[in-house]
Amino acid sequence: MARIAGIDLPRNKRGEIGLTYIYGVGRSRARNILKEAGIDFDTKVQDWDDDQLAEIRRIIGDGFKVEGELRSEIQLNIKRLMDIGCYRGIRHRSGLPLRGQRTKNNSRTRKGKRKTVANKKKATK
Amino acid sequence: MARSLKKGPYIHYKLEKKVLDNVEANKKTVIKTWSRASMISPDFVGQTIAVHNGKTFIPVYVTENMVGHKLGEFSPTRNFRGHGGNKKDKGKR
Repeated sequence: MARIAGIDLPRNKRGEIGLTYIYGVGRSRARNILKEAGIDFDTKVQDWDDDQLAEIRRIIGDGFKVEGELRSEIQLNIKRLMDIGCYRGIRHRSGLPLRGQRTKNNSRTRKGKRKTVANKKKATK
Repeated sequence: MARSLKKGPYIHYKLEKKVLDNVEANKKTVIKTWSRASMISPDFVGQTIAVHNGKTFIPVYVTENMVGHKLGEFSPTRNFRGHGGNKKDKGKR
């Protein structure tokens, strides 16, 4: 079982894909890690030997913030924005998009499920 | 897109002068400005800047965390009071 950064990697996937199950590692970072460790991208996770695993762990430990550490850093950044009361912080607080997108419709990712307003008057003609 | 490093941060020259004068004299007078696009430089820390939002001046006390942001970010130009409905809640805030 390949366990890196507190995450069980899927055993039967290619290394390049398997590494992306770690929060903070995407395709490009996974490739960089494997290149540095000298492992072929196509080697399945279950075929890594212990030395290669240790090497991957070392590279991730030295080079990148992943999982909990990364999550808490992101939360701290958001908290900073909210504490100084800048525009982006205010938008975070009110759960609206930060980067000037329209909010008349869409932006459901930030706003969550639609909240229907009950008894909204029909437009009278 | 970020501003070219070659030019350095934009700070309105009059505003910068006023801030530096304030720092030199160790004063904490409120500086009014319309220059929302000016970057907050480390000199600003501890000063209070009244930033125009198109209608009034919003006093902004500059802390260390704000360095690198622009003044306008701290002076909202829109005032959303919520959607209609409960009339009691209206007018508050």
